[in-house]
Amino acid sequence: MTDYKGVMVFVEQRDGHIQNVSLELLGKAGELAEDLGVDVSAVIVGKEVSKLADVLGHYGADHVYAVEDDRLEKYMTEPYVKGIVEVLKEEKPEIVLFGATSIGRDLAPRVSARVHTGLTADCTSLDIDEETRNLLMTRPAFGGNLMATIVCKEHRPQMSTVRPGVMQKIEPDESRKAELTVLPVDFTEADFNVEILSEEVEQKKKIKIEDANILVSAGRGIGSPEALPILEELAKVIEGEVSGSRATIDSGWLPKDHQVGQTGKTVRPGVYFAMGISGAIQHLAGMEESDFIIAVNKNAGAPIFQTADLGIVGDLHKVIPELTRLLEIEKEKKANL
Amino acid sequence: MRILVCIKQVPDTTEVKLDPKTGTLIREGVPSIINPDDLAGLEEALKIKEQNDATITVITMGPPQAAEALREAYAMGADEVILLTDRAFAGADTWATSSALAGAIRTMDYDVIIAGRQAIDGDTAQVGPQIAEHLQIPSISYVEEIREVTDESMVVKRQFEDRFQTIRVKFPCLITTLGGMNEPRYMRISRVYDAYEDGVVQTITAGDLDVDPSNLGLKGSPTSVKKSFTKGAKTAGKVFDVDEKEGARIIRDALLERFIV
Repeated sequence: MTDYKGVMVFVEQRDGHIQNVSLELLGKAGELAEDLGVDVSAVIVGKEVSKLADVLGHYGADHVYAVEDDRLEKYMTEPYVKGIVEVLKEEKPEIVLFGATSIGRDLAPRVSARVHTGLTADCTSLDIDEETRNLLMTRPAFGGNLMATIVCKEHRPQMSTVRPGVMQKIEPDESRKAELTVLPVDFTEADFNVEILSEEVEQKKKIKIEDANILVSAGRGIGSPEALPILEELAKVIEGEVSGSRATIDSGWLPKDHQVGQTGKTVRPGVYFAMGISGAIQHLAGMEESDFIIAVNKNAGAPIFQTADLGIVGDLHKVIPELTRLLEIEKEKKANL
Repeated sequence: MRILVCIKQVPDTTEVKLDPKTGTLIREGVPSIINPDDLAGLEEALKIKEQNDATITVITMGPPQAAEALREAYAMGADEVILLTDRAFAGADTWATSSALAGAIRTMDYDVIIAGRQAIDGDTAQVGPQIAEHLQIPSISYVEEIREVTDESMVVKRQFEDRFQTIRVKFPCLITTLGGMNEPRYMRISRVYDAYEDGVVQTITAGDLDVDPSNLGLKGSPTSVKKSFTKGAKTAGKVFDVDEKEGARIIRDALLERFIV
């Protein structure tokens, strides 16, 4: 156990682009490493990925382990698992963090089972227990109704996945340099145990609600999709994006990738407008970390008012256009200064 | 071909409410259901069976009352249903759960294992891939469509946030399925009666498994719960019951105060 030292982040890249969540995890790894007095390392797998090491250094990695092979251009479970396990054997980190993406959540379970250690999914906070140096992994359970703090006492590394948008990346420092190790891994044809017939990147530009600083979010209370334009106008004037609760997605009013909540995305924007959202626990689980929550709802008893920093009991169909009008005036004032 | 479907009986978490006074969960009266992603997996298995010569075995691990979920699966059309139940399994985390399930599956014949991507009471998405790892077979998670099934392989559409892959995988393999990929069928009335016959639910206990007992249950679990708590309600903000002009002004002022506009 004492052989294991350091905090490692699995850095996810797609088509050579580092995913935001990995940079967020490097930020968190830096905090944990400081508490432990150890280094931060990164592992990255793919085709020609060692060139990404510099950027990882800027965001806080002290060491970068690259596993490269032309056959790793597209994500495939088994060779990725093998590559990461080889790096774990070499580096022996005490903690490994993965983004809770559809790749991280595919990869981490197999890695943890192969090296026989614990894995805690979708953590919302990570801390070090000062006494034992164990990682305290806190996650929602039971549909977000309950929080649980999980520990992995007797096995190393301690592994966890973290959803995008939960941790914060640091300001990049271009003077920071990471030490690069390209680890040779002996891949055989048998490791490529499935055949990818095609891969299609979805063409439409994806709005990533988890990256937005302001979200105007719609709930069942908007009544019908005809009310969406008034939310869009507000979003436009304050340079935000429109998102929604599960009810609006299930009704087909908004696309699935705009969903906030337990079964959607976790967001923590600077401002979150809950428009006609009642505030079910599953929804709160996805947005309660927002800096400032403004709720507009006709129903004074809606649970969202317990969570909101500012609540207006009223008809959103009237309040929103009026708010948009007032903000347009402010914008004009500013432009004329 | 032989299809194994892994299911979990879960509390319907959408029905769970918090007691506003004590901040604790109100679990009473919460119905148990087959986990939605697993139900989608079972439906896919039944669809394969309609087109191919296939048998479906459904397996679950849980307390004795999980037999109810298996009877439902049987009534939907599963050929065989198996319950892993033993006090020795209690307190298992995903590692120990997958270890037990893999131990049972190892003794069976199968071409493909279908598991739901994740369960609504835990949301970990770990047990499926971990079963595959224990069995050393390929796994494909996040399957949103099964496009083709032959005697020795299948072609599936695998979902990512920004793309999808079409993948061919040879048997034996494991896939995890997404709820919403299909409309699970209803139970057939005639089979509902049969599902309650004695002996329909086969039971497996720890002693029947090809697994080291130290890898089961609480003591076989690398992770443990240090504490659990309900999130303390944060102090409520200000709520104004005013007309729309005043309401909009209050919001504008709050945004100005925070330099958002």
